[in-house]
Amino acid sequence: MDVVIENLPLYLEGFGVTLLLLLVGGLGALVIGTVVAAMRISPIATLRGIATVYTEVVRNTPLTLVVLFAVVIVPLLGPRIPFILSGFIALAVYTSPFVAEALRSGINGVAIGQAEAARSLGFGFAQTVTLIVFPQAFRMTIPPLINVFIALTKNTSVVGGVGFVAELFGVGRTLANANGNAVIAILIGVAIFYLIVTVPLGFLATQLERKWVVQR
Amino acid sequence: MSGAGVLFDAPGPRARRLSAILSWISGVVLLGLVAWGIMILNAPRESGGITLPGMFDPSRWEILADPEFWSFVIFTGVWNTLRAAIVAAVLAIALGVVLALLRSSPIGWIRIPTAIVIEFFRGMPVLLMMLFILLVAGTGQYWAVVAALAIYNGALIGEALRAGLASLPRGQREAALSVGMRPLQSKMLVEFPQAFRQMLPIIVAQLVVLLKDTSLGYIVGYQELLRVTLNNLGSFYGNRYLFTLWCVAFVLYLIMNLSLSWFARWLAKRGDRRFRPGKATPALDASQAILVTDATAEARGGETPR
Repeated sequence: MDVVIENLPLYLEGFGVTLLLLLVGGLGALVIGTVVAAMRISPIATLRGIATVYTEVVRNTPLTLVVLFAVVIVPLLGPRIPFILSGFIALAVYTSPFVAEALRSGINGVAIGQAEAARSLGFGFAQTVTLIVFPQAFRMTIPPLINVFIALTKNTSVVGGVGFVAELFGVGRTLANANGNAVIAILIGVAIFYLIVTVPLGFLATQLERKWVVQR
Repeated sequence: MSGAGVLFDAPGPRARRLSAILSWISGVVLLGLVAWGIMILNAPRESGGITLPGMFDPSRWEILADPEFWSFVIFTGVWNTLRAAIVAAVLAIALGVVLALLRSSPIGWIRIPTAIVIEFFRGMPVLLMMLFILLVAGTGQYWAVVAALAIYNGALIGEALRAGLASLPRGQREAALSVGMRPLQSKMLVEFPQAFRQMLPIIVAQLVVLLKDTSLGYIVGYQELLRVTLNNLGSFYGNRYLFTLWCVAFVLYLIMNLSLSWFARWLAKRGDRRFRPGKATPALDASQAILVTDATAEARGGETPR
């Protein structure tokens, strides 16, 4: 226990880096994911095809492989980018298809009768989408998106494991190597920091899902 | 909203022409991007006075013709990945069944600690668990990978099965009890088989995640596909083949994961409709499926999910 308390500043520093990876990677994933989701429902066939192939390929690639590409292969091609930046890009790319799927399933989840009713009342495309479909799709996408971010929180550990970034997992590994006699306490300390993020988010998702499922 | 055609009027000839033109333009832009990427990869590079050939230079790909290369990749790399994944999958399903039964027990002393344990294991990274088992239990890399994957996915599968049990119509249990079964008999013979069948597509989808996560073994030093290609063969043949080796690992992972994903999707489509009233597209993400199943069960006023 003493080791954990002594090294609390290190832990907090690692926790900060983890949160940074979560925020920047998550924002990047939201941007790419929204574009991919928009491409997937667009009337242009080529864009739909590109988005479908992208989703399938990235979803079935292990995160370790993506991070290794960003950390090992990209420097071979020339650009020397800092490891944390590679981490941001790898996490954003890896998470984007999951975001796209969450958004798409939200839009698909709105009953088709809602749009039909809006159209039969004389609403145009813009009105139907902004007034009828989106407000309902929005609440259906929030719980899945929270789940995507929970997974992303856990996935930041891979960046620390491969990418020489001192986030929570990296800090834990360094401390565990330095203090062989207190490995259990050190790693449980790391786990608690992850749980601080993931458990409340999971609780929030459950509450929102319960609240909104009735209104569907 | 599967039929997007409801949102706007049927396109006339002009709109169709416009969308065809845009389709061609985006196709050309895509081809341009791909060509640009290939050019970047293929450009020769100066490194300390030496000119290195581009990534698609034949001299970087000649190892693919070496039969020993393939036998090492397949019989050591792929085999170790699959070996860990299969053993972990079997253990995870077994653990999931046990956890689901404990978690839905009527006895609070069993139910609540199980719930806490499940939440604990679901909330932390698999990688951390691998490191923990490796350093604390000292089991060696193989069992660290297998045990961590089994515990993490077991907790998730257990939670999914528990949600499946809770979402069954109350009448199933009442009928079983009224024909004279004991509560345990009802759970094992009537409720559990239905819950398992309902959740099977989600369990298989979770197994795809498990297969992908074996690659985390790379970080704890288990000799799976990534470590075999990028590290072992990378240092045997030399750094100039790293890109080639990465591509080999990428393609092999895609083949394995895509076949399992398609199996999961086929299973979900084939699944019995009566278990999913009104749900056209089942969520294939396990955490999301658990949420939806729980919330639906509660809204329907069935047995309160425990």
